[in-house]
Amino acid sequence: MDNLLNVFIKSAFIENMVLAYFIGMCSFLAVSKSVKTAIGLGIAVIFVLALTVPINWVISELILGPNGIFKTDLTFLRFILFIASIAASVQLVEMAVEKYSPSLYNALGIFLPLITVNCAILGAALFMVARSYNFAESTVYGIGSGVGWALAIVAMAAIREKIRYSNVPAPLRGLGIAFILTGLMGMAFMALMGINPATYMQ
Amino acid sequence: MAETMTKEVKEKEELEWFGPKERKLITDPLNDDNPVTVQILGVCSALAVTTMVKPALIMAVSVTLVTGFSNLVISLMRNGIPKQIRMIVQLVVIAFLVTVVEQVLKAYSYPVWKQLSVFIGLIITNCIVMGRLEAYAMANPPWRSFLDGLGNGAGYGIILIVISVIREFFGRGAILGYKILGATDEFLLNTTKHWWLSWYQPNGLMVLPASAIFLVGIIIWIQRARNPKLVDVS
Repeated sequence: MDNLLNVFIKSAFIENMVLAYFIGMCSFLAVSKSVKTAIGLGIAVIFVLALTVPINWVISELILGPNGIFKTDLTFLRFILFIASIAASVQLVEMAVEKYSPSLYNALGIFLPLITVNCAILGAALFMVARSYNFAESTVYGIGSGVGWALAIVAMAAIREKIRYSNVPAPLRGLGIAFILTGLMGMAFMALMGINPATYMQ
Repeated sequence: MAETMTKEVKEKEELEWFGPKERKLITDPLNDDNPVTVQILGVCSALAVTTMVKPALIMAVSVTLVTGFSNLVISLMRNGIPKQIRMIVQLVVIAFLVTVVEQVLKAYSYPVWKQLSVFIGLIITNCIVMGRLEAYAMANPPWRSFLDGLGNGAGYGIILIVISVIREFFGRGAILGYKILGATDEFLLNTTKHWWLSWYQPNGLMVLPASAIFLVGIIIWIQRARNPKLVDVS
């Protein structure tokens, strides 16, 4: 349990996808103009990450790993299988949500196709492999990094809504100031680096 | 493949190998139509690899090759791809090329492969590749698409290299691992030897990930101040 909490805190705050690794920056910069859409995309990312990271864990352990069903090391197929499983599960989620919950579909629907090519989704799956998490840890890692990503994009959207009323130099307006703000937020998040949740659990 | 390409070029007279339009496809993305600073594509994966010049160079070359060849392949297939499944087809082509690049790196340059770790895989979801496929390769002949891919990859590579040179120079006082500024190990061991640049203290901020993003912001600032057409009006 301690370990899972540790993974969650680490993935959501200390090693935040956007602010520590700059993964998922494209949609982070493009969709952070209003808080409402940022919340929609954030929730969609949490949902998809919580689903695809465990699925990809199963694929990499049971199909690609040396102890999987083929008994051979197939790790060179990792990229193709990961991206295919992500695209397929996003498509399935989209169809299921459309059928069973039209109101949720209206809120999230337009964001779901965008998410397939969001670097954060594939990035989380690849980090999960690189850090050799087990099944429970990778599920928590998926949720945690989704929460971290959503947190970052909502904060960014709120700042960008306010900054519209400030007197920013013309060449920096829009994209330029967004980059500098992201850098400042990244530095602020570095203050969390000293936190080690394990020490508080004893 | 080369045969079909030359045939197509001969059929349409206006298509040249290196005419002014073709040259523009390469040079435009380097400055006024830069994928990172103007089109906001592909910031995602690679800012974390810019702490040193060597991984940044390798990343730039890999991305250029992947954008170039995926544009070429998709452009050759563009009339046979059904509209509904084009994303999947594109992703499979990109994933295949990235896998080739990864295996080559793993075989010939293992330490760099270890250092880049997940970021090689993230070229798949790098928005530049998908963006250029959708915007250019789906509607243009193979040779031009190939040049467009190379140009955009190079435009991205230039930003990576500029940032990594600044970060390694000020953050470690070195370029490509060769010490230029600051005290060398030799000086630290034997203080009687004097190296005239040893007063320099490496700037810790430049090693932190946040500095990459500040530098992109500053590059955008300079570029837009020099070319007011690019300024965001909204």
